[in-house]
Parts: sequence; structure tokens; C-alpha cells
Amino acid sequence: MTYDIVVIGAGIAGLTAAIYGRRANKKVLVLESRTYGGQIVSTKSIENYPAAMGISGFEFATKIYEQAVALGAEIKFENVMEVIDGAEKQVKTNQTTHLAKTVIIATGSKNRTMGLANEEKWLGRGISYCATCDGAFFKNKVVAVVGGGNTALGDAIYLADIAQKVYLIHRRNQFNAEAALIEQVQAKPNVTIVNNAQVVGLLGDHQLTGLDIIANGTAQQLIVDGLFVAVGRVPENEKFANVVDLDHNGYIVANETCETGTAGIFVAGDCRTKEVRQLVTAAGDAAVAATHAIKYINQL
Amino acid sequence: MEAVNANNFEAVVLKHDGIVVVDFNADWCGPCQMLKPVLEQMATENPSVKFVGVNVDQNAALAREYGVMSIPCVVVIKNGQEITRHVGLASKTDLQNILQGIQA
Repeated sequence: MTYDIVVIGAGIAGLTAAIYGRRANKKVLVLESRTYGGQIVSTKSIENYPAAMGISGFEFATKIYEQAVALGAEIKFENVMEVIDGAEKQVKTNQTTHLAKTVIIATGSKNRTMGLANEEKWLGRGISYCATCDGAFFKNKVVAVVGGGNTALGDAIYLADIAQKVYLIHRRNQFNAEAALIEQVQAKPNVTIVNNAQVVGLLGDHQLTGLDIIANGTAQQLIVDGLFVAVGRVPENEKFANVVDLDHNGYIVANETCETGTAGIFVAGDCRTKEVRQLVTAAGDAAVAATHAIKYINQL
Repeated sequence: MEAVNANNFEAVVLKHDGIVVVDFNADWCGPCQMLKPVLEQMATENPSVKFVGVNVDQNAALAREYGVMSIPCVVVIKNGQEITRHVGLASKTDLQNILQGIQA
């Protein structure tokens, strides 16, 4: 059996593409390696999506998932390993191979790590990538935030109201964030900004107890109970490099038509080269990619 | 999935003869809400394994005792001893592989 559209990723882009595909009566399969919803499920309250103000990320994702399922999209929890181009495209997963007339890649992005040895070992033992998820565990404790963008500053401001003390560790001497956030973080008396600094080691036995850092060329130690990492996000597209072009950051190259260099393979959402990565642009991409995929199928 | 608390944790989890999967979660945690149906499905598919949930807001001391600093956090306990844990979202396949590794 050949699907009209196989969508890789069940985040907002992937599920929206499935809705559009089903509305055109195409046979649609969505493949997801973990759980549906993607990045947005960690967001407590969505404030910038039209007509859905204040909805939780979980509820928002669940509604889109239910809509896609109600319209007849098949959703399978399999990990895609490879896509092979051809008259029929083969989508190889950890379980089987699916055949498709078109493929829409909507794999989103993941948290960038600091690149330290054994970093993942500390996840849940003092290291977190989500301040709003895990901040509550650090009430009256000492924490550090690493990063210099909007997310890092937002995290530091959020944590300053929970923790006793917050170090904000940034590798440059100027933040790359909105002016309002910089003002807010500077106004917090319990936030100490550590510029020109990098975390080079994680200390502790079973749980994180401190950090080795190099600040302004000098090695020092910070005693902390927690470290929140906010150094950006990275795409996960390497496995598709045989069928699509990736830019130097690993994003799939495509313009606003969401067409890749390979006929019948489309891309939608955060994993595409683009300026603005928001829920609404992910959904917008999905509508465009699915519409082009439908047009492509109808011309076969 | 049975909700356990500090009062009955010892009796329900630690004294249980066999494997218990303990899901540390909170109502405000989106990824925890995502994981819950996965664990519920696993509970029906693995009748020999006990699945329980601990709300970290209502049981902060218990969460601290288990060193839970990030949720969702799934701790697998066998005959009262922690065998392994998984932090963050996971697919059913990932969690099933962890269980099979222990049961083997």
C-alpha cells in the first residue's frame, strides 16, 4: 500500500499538514518517534496564537491531534531512520518501511546541549532545559542559567522569583535579547550576571553541586543546585541529507513554498530555513506544504 | 494508574514484590500529561508490573527523597530498590525496552 502523504513528525506542523491532507481526501500517515505535540507541550500558557489565548500547550497539541485523527489521519509511533527517493518514496522506520507519493518533513528542533561530556547524565539530577517545568524544584536554592538570548533571560527572570540566587552565565559581554528583558534581568537583585564565561565542567556525585567555569579567562567554581541550559535549539535533519539540502546550521533549505530540491518532498515548521519560528508559522508552513503536496499528487 | 503519596508509598511501592513503575508528575506539567496515557496503556499491556503516580506538588518530600528535579520522571523500582529512571518524555517503545531489560 502506498500513502499519498507520509508526514514525519507529529508536532504542530506535522499534525496540521495531516489535517490539510485529509481534508483533500488524501491517504495520510504521520510518523512520530516520541509523543505527539512537539515542543509546545512544555509551554504552560500560549498567549500568541489567534483565538486560543491562555490555552496550555498540552491542550492545544491534543486538540490538533484529535482533529487530525477525527479527519482520518493515521498516526504511528515509529522512529524514521531514512527516506529514499524514487517513483515511490520509501520511508524507513525502526519497525518497517512505508511507501509514499509525497513526504512532508516536519521534525522541528531539539534543545541544544552545552556539549559537555556526560551532560545527559545530569538531566533530572540538576540540569534542566525547561525553567517553567522544573523551576519549582529549586525553591530557595542557588541556580545558574547558561545562555544569552530571550529564553535564557526569561528563564533567569522566572527563576529569580523562586530561587535564592541566580547566576546568568553568558559567553559574550552583551546579551542577544529584547531590551525589556535585559532591563528586567538587570533589575533583579538576586541575579548575578557572569559575562565572557563558559561552563566547562559539571561537579557532583549523584546530584549537581557546582560548575567549573572560565570567566574572563580565569577558572573558577560556582556552587549551584541546578543549571538551566538555554543555548538555543538545533534541528535534527542529518538523516535526510541524502534527499534534501541542509544549510550550515542543519535546517532544510526551502523557501516559502516549502518545496525542497527533490520533487515530492516538502518541509514544514521549525526544521525549515526561515526567519520566524512560531506556532502560527509552523501551522502556516504546514498548510502550504500540504497544499503543494496535494497538487503534486494530483498531477502524477 | 493508582496515585500514591508519602503515607502509602512504602506499603504500595517499596514492599511490593516485583516491579513498580513510579511516575513523578504534576498537573501543570505538559509533558507529564503527554506521558500519562502512554503509561496507562503500558499498564494494561504489562499486568505483572505495577504502575503508580506521585504528584510532586502534594508530595514534595517524597520527590526530594528520590532526587526528582525534573519531570516527568519515571523511576523503576524492583523489590524496593531503584533499578533505573527515565527523565523527560519517552515513547512507549523506549519505556517498554527499559522494562524488558529489567525483566530479562
